Amino acid sequence: MITRRLIEAPDGRGWIFLAIVLVAAVLVPLLHLLLPPSSPFHVSTSVMTLWGKYLCFALLALSLDLVWGYCGILSLGHGAFFALGGYAMGMYLMRQIGTRGVYAHPTLPDFMVFLNWKELPWFWYGFDWFPYALLMVVLVPGVLAFVFGWFAFRSRVTGVYLSIITQALTYALMLGFFRNNFGFGGNNGLTDFKDILGFNIQSSQTRAALFALSAVALALGYVVARMVVQSKAGKVLIAIRDAESRTRFLGYRVENYKTYVFTLSACMAGIAGALYVPQVGIINPSEFAPANSIEMVIWVAVGGRSTLVGAALGAVIVNFAKSTFTTGMLAPYWLFALGALFVLVTIFLPKGILGLMPQRAEPAGPNGSPANGRVAQPAE
Amino acid sequence: MDTTVTNPHEVTQSLLYLDGVSVSFDGFRALNNLSLELAPGEMRAIIGPNGAGKTTMMDVITGKTRPDSGEVLFDKGSVDLTTKDEAAIAELGIGRKFQKPTVFENHTVEDNILLSLKDDRSVRGNLMWYANSGDSDRIGEILKTIGLTAHGKRLAGSLSHGQKQWLEIGMLIAQDPKLLLVDEPVAGMTDAESMTTADLLKDIAKDHTVIVVEHDMEFVRRLGVKVTVLHEGSVLAEGSIDEVSANERVVEVYLGR
Repeated sequence: MITRRLIEAPDGRGWIFLAIVLVAAVLVPLLHLLLPPSSPFHVSTSVMTLWGKYLCFALLALSLDLVWGYCGILSLGHGAFFALGGYAMGMYLMRQIGTRGVYAHPTLPDFMVFLNWKELPWFWYGFDWFPYALLMVVLVPGVLAFVFGWFAFRSRVTGVYLSIITQALTYALMLGFFRNNFGFGGNNGLTDFKDILGFNIQSSQTRAALFALSAVALALGYVVARMVVQSKAGKVLIAIRDAESRTRFLGYRVENYKTYVFTLSACMAGIAGALYVPQVGIINPSEFAPANSIEMVIWVAVGGRSTLVGAALGAVIVNFAKSTFTTGMLAPYWLFALGALFVLVTIFLPKGILGLMPQRAEPAGPNGSPANGRVAQPAE
Repeated sequence: MDTTVTNPHEVTQSLLYLDGVSVSFDGFRALNNLSLELAPGEMRAIIGPNGAGKTTMMDVITGKTRPDSGEVLFDKGSVDLTTKDEAAIAELGIGRKFQKPTVFENHTVEDNILLSLKDDRSVRGNLMWYANSGDSDRIGEILKTIGLTAHGKRLAGSLSHGQKQWLEIGMLIAQDPKLLLVDEPVAGMTDAESMTTADLLKDIAKDHTVIVVEHDMEFVRRLGVKVTVLHEGSVLAEGSIDEVSANERVVEVYLGR
């Protein structure tokens, strides 16, 4: 039954998306590792790492689209879940440095020695063990989202109020993580990583593996999200987005659905953060910045809300534009360009870039209804 | 989960029992010592001028509004509705149609019915749900009843106003509730549509208990059931449409003659 679900999950567009992502997962690392740098088809480390980063952002955008596009929860604090996943991975990587740090302390990371700490804080215990760190990558964002959702959705906080609270959440975390005594390296964050599972984090092979893993995670994230939105529960999510009180009068516990999807989304964002950190080599509190979380919403809007594929596409396109823009003489104007992009897309492309592409007629879904993905944009 | 409470004083054999219910909003008494009883299987029309408290009464019954005082009992007095929230009350078997047609516009007509069908409402159950022939048969029947068979695959948002009203009534039937609350089902309908709707509701009333709130006197006359007239939050008169139309106080406050 589950396999049938898996196969039925992607639509036509989804299969194309999965094919591209999975081909990239194999091809890009091969082109990087096997071809000499002189070859025109060689993919350099920097390009591969950059695209690996885009893939992480794409997964993050996917997770945001799941809550915003399908359940109408406009989270302006999704960066917090991404950063928490990143910090969990960063803590593992810090513990792997061992005696190779500047102070060569066997257990304490450099910044703790610098702060004159004598022993490891309790919440750093266990992070030298990779499976534990992986668990925390999912668990910390998930538990935070669950607790936050439990209170917010039970109290029926919706709309702009909810957005403001999510924004406050990420801002509060940013202020906390900026403090040295918080125990996560203050404003420098965690960096100077050496290796991951014994492999040199700078090596070509490790980088290639991280790229491939990011692509696979994106593909899996897409399939999971699709399975959720294709299920009857996914129909309930859309119902909540479009007519919340109607859904409640039908007997659905709206708060449970919202908490569920918000928690799932936060876990996905955490995984994206955990893949991002070893590739960029640093995690610091600026990842919690409210502006980052707002930017993520722009990715989703640009690509096409409630399409999943569009969210991923939007993340890649906007970040590609950002990398191109901010490295040249146009750098000072990037934020203007981003703002203009958002305004233009909202006015002229309410369905995002994906809305421009022609859609094939989809085969009828399990109960005779057309498969999802053709959801019109609800008024927000 | 035990959702029932033992009824301490055996007050009623009614399906719905409201006694001395009052609700105030910022000093305005929307419901003022309202008492109303509805026998199982009965169909009741409720009329009254704007601000008489019709919608507030529905809000109280469905758990959207908590009364300041009074009793709201369901199912022979076995359930105190004032302690339940909307979802719990819906699961007890009280369905509601809103004044403004509220359907899931981005879902197909069929999916609107599917979501309403009496079934597991939990997240887990709905993640694991599989299409089954029982459901599609039931959806087909309901679409036939509400006359939307030809429109099953259309998005609900693309239906006409009258069709949305019918779809919402279909969603009520799908819930198979013990009590249906229908708020202004013919608002904005043509005369012909109104008459079809009246027949539809009479058909539903054969095996459900129904409360219809309506302004349209022709429509209420067509239903041919007992009428309760609300005024300033309490019951002004009760009886057949001819009786209440002949009542002088009703004529005074409502018919404005």
